[in-house]
Amino acid sequence: MPLVLPPSVLGFYLLLAFSPQHGVGKWLHDTFDLQFVFSFQGLVLASVIYSMPFMIGPIKSALQQLPASLSQASYTLGKSERETFLRVLLPNIKPSLFTAMVLTFAHTLGEFGVVLMIGGNIPNVTRVASIAVYDSVENMDYSAANTYSLILFCITFILVIGVFIFNKTQAKSPLE
Amino acid sequence: MIIINIEKKLKAYSGQQWLKVNREFANGSIIKIHGPSGAGKTTLLKIIAGLVTPEKGIIKVDGITWLDASTKTTLSPQKRMVGFVFQNYALFPNMTVREHLEYATKDVEWIDRLLTIGKLETLSTHKPEHLSGGQQQRLAILRALAIKPKLLLMDEPFSALDHEMKMVLISELKILFEELGLTVLIVTHNPQELEGLCDGELEIAS
Repeated sequence: MPLVLPPSVLGFYLLLAFSPQHGVGKWLHDTFDLQFVFSFQGLVLASVIYSMPFMIGPIKSALQQLPASLSQASYTLGKSERETFLRVLLPNIKPSLFTAMVLTFAHTLGEFGVVLMIGGNIPNVTRVASIAVYDSVENMDYSAANTYSLILFCITFILVIGVFIFNKTQAKSPLE
Repeated sequence: MIIINIEKKLKAYSGQQWLKVNREFANGSIIKIHGPSGAGKTTLLKIIAGLVTPEKGIIKVDGITWLDASTKTTLSPQKRMVGFVFQNYALFPNMTVREHLEYATKDVEWIDRLLTIGKLETLSTHKPEHLSGGQQQRLAILRALAIKPKLLLMDEPFSALDHEMKMVLISELKILFEELGLTVLIVTHNPQELEGLCDGELEIAS
């Protein structure tokens, strides 16, 4: 669902779910003294929920591309499913894992709707760069907006180029 | 004694067909399995290893029930601990030759002996992508032997080896099979290549 829902809709429902006045949010607040709404922790949690599918998709696809005989060979050596996953399957999708992590991070970095809904744009607490760009433009401060945008652009550009170079040099399929 | 009486539905190009095997194998015997492509030779090995479940039948090894389809009893591949040499080798791309054997056993002396038998001592730090087809095939055989199984299942294990290497390896393996008291089932497309190694055969008809 996070893949197809508009971010603001997902953010709105997360805001309701983690509100300290209702359900899960109330329970978390009363039991563990945790508040996810308008806090940095909440922003991180919402970003994880929003971005997880972008991470899971490529990893699932990479695992499906590994031949079944790899895990079968491991089972016949007496290894459990967990050990097979950790020592055989996961190391052989390292390039896909790395690519998924970097691209998901870059995607999360620029997220707007979800973090605005659950974070609330509180300076020095939940105001992230993408929201700061919007704020600056709204205040007609184009210079600040340009600085924030340039920083985001550079980080994203470096990450994408880094992934591209990594894929060129390292990401050759281990089965080739 | 290994008792196999199984029936498995196979998907074939011409429709569906049944793989039916009803045989007993004495401990220590070396059996070659042959038959046309698609007859179910590889499937039979996978059924014995616990990697594929048949619709009907039983498998008993030394009195222990590995499979009884009627009661849905099946021993996991991890508990059957059969040595399995895969047709595509199924080597782990992230592991070196030595790491393959260390993954299977902690017995360092046994690992060294296997590397000598497979003539892979000098390649122990190489990963599969840096090995020739024949070397990969030998590593697959050594890895299956590393767990010292009582039953070894080999799916076309010598197809990528040249004649000379095949003869040397077969003679070394024969000694090893006897030493370990192994029962071996070998799938082959070329039954002649196993002359002198096997003491029985199973033909699977399509």
